[in-house]
Amino acid sequence: MNTFLVLTPGSYTTVQDNGRYGYQQMGVPVSGALDLFSFKIANFLVGNPEGCAGLEVSIAGPRLTVLKEADVSLAGADMEAKLNSKPVEPWTSFRVTPGDVLSFYQVRSGCRAYMAVTGGIDTPEVMGSRATYAGGRFGGYHGRPLKKGDILKRGKGRLLNSPKHLHSEYRPRYLSEIVLRAIAGPQDFYFREGLEIFFQSVFSVSTRSDRMGYRLTGPEIVQREDMPKSIISEPSMPGGIQISPDRQPIILLVEQTMGGYAKIATVISTDIPNIAQAIPGDSIQFEKMSLETAHVLYREQQNRMLEIAKKLAEQ
Amino acid sequence: MRNALFKNTHFRIVGDRGLLVEYGNAIDPVVNLKVRAISVAAGKNMPPGVLEIVPAYRSLMILYDPLVTTPADLQNAFLSIEKKLQDTVIPAPRTITIPVCYGGEFGPDIEVVAESNGISTPDVIRLHSQPEYIIYMIGFSPGFPFLGGLPEALHTPRLKTPRTAVPQGSVAIANEQTGIYSVESPGGWQLIGRTPLKLFDSARSHPIPYHPGDLIRFVPISHEKYFQLLEKESTP
Repeated sequence: MNTFLVLTPGSYTTVQDNGRYGYQQMGVPVSGALDLFSFKIANFLVGNPEGCAGLEVSIAGPRLTVLKEADVSLAGADMEAKLNSKPVEPWTSFRVTPGDVLSFYQVRSGCRAYMAVTGGIDTPEVMGSRATYAGGRFGGYHGRPLKKGDILKRGKGRLLNSPKHLHSEYRPRYLSEIVLRAIAGPQDFYFREGLEIFFQSVFSVSTRSDRMGYRLTGPEIVQREDMPKSIISEPSMPGGIQISPDRQPIILLVEQTMGGYAKIATVISTDIPNIAQAIPGDSIQFEKMSLETAHVLYREQQNRMLEIAKKLAEQ
Repeated sequence: MRNALFKNTHFRIVGDRGLLVEYGNAIDPVVNLKVRAISVAAGKNMPPGVLEIVPAYRSLMILYDPLVTTPADLQNAFLSIEKKLQDTVIPAPRTITIPVCYGGEFGPDIEVVAESNGISTPDVIRLHSQPEYIIYMIGFSPGFPFLGGLPEALHTPRLKTPRTAVPQGSVAIANEQTGIYSVESPGGWQLIGRTPLKLFDSARSHPIPYHPGDLIRFVPISHEKYFQLLEKESTP
């Protein structure tokens, strides 16, 4: 079902889902929505089962003409979206009908907005997922960000009886001063004073930040003199914070599988959505956390997600 | 030869969903064989809560679901896999033949490799296509094999400035390593040739034709043969 015609694509709009698992040993990164919290809620808001594909919209959003009736929801960053000339709020769903124009503008808070549609964006599954991996040129819409003239299909699904909205108590607030909680390691022993500097300083998000990684600038993080300059390359995890030869941190994200530099700490999964919503110029501080506490928070967030799913299903 | 294997396996916490298991501290065939054996054994009978295992040179990464398991449980599970390793049948490595057209437009850095080692271009081709290389790991980009066993006479440092786009199929050298750019990507390795084979194809049921631990042998081919094979869209 042809559902949207892309009038303008925005700065970087891709089809994403929950990610592609099981292929990292072939060098294929997980990809998928960078802010899974917002992405999952976008699906719940249109009554989709978890895992349906949607759009990840960054910084400056697209304009889409509606070709087929559907429910649409927005979550994550606020991009001052409008349906025709009427503003639509993030964290809500609304009905669109053929001829409508859905416009996103410059981001007002956060960095990435998520758009879900009844039945999910329908593109061919590649290696078990619809997530775009632009570096490998596959997945999503022909393996690339959207362009003018692209036509997006949607899958089958039931239209809602009434629109849904996420209660304000669950909506995250995106601040420009961000605290990320991180567990030291796997190569924290490569650093001595560097470790203290890392956990005590304020870093700034550089313009060279994308789905592969967020580059930060700040005080130099010096490695121990008696340790090798690099490590034997090993698999990386989203959230891993690598210290490059320029002594600046990079937070590795979902389009990365291997790394050859020491990783001083790893951002906890609960906080990855906060990186996804950071824009260049935002400040970042790292707070040291134990694995045990991180697991408690992980469980809490999973429970909160179940609670949200239940409440939205009842609306 | 010194034993590069750790006496006691190292476990490292990687955030709240990852556990890194290290079996040695060198790029070494014995260590890598152990990594491969453990990942084959674990793959046959995945411990509860393990979502994915990613083998590398001397370590493997376990991605787990913290709602189901803990690093302590995983540590026990992987130590017991290690104890029973002699009972695990590891499939014999396969040898994959990769045709390569060396030099010219496909290998713009072959003279650099020759000059920096004081040998001729034909020597580079002869030496590079002699060994059976072990695939230590696959990564960096989809299907990129990191190969061990490059003759010392071919060791050449990386480019000072990486290329923004290295063509798909480029066969390349960086220090003591050789590998193949299975898809077009940025890269800083010295390019010595190119294979017409499509090594990675996301639409195939097996997107890449080899696994870590398999062997690769390069066979020099002519320019003409390169284009013949390219037209056939051959896979190894």
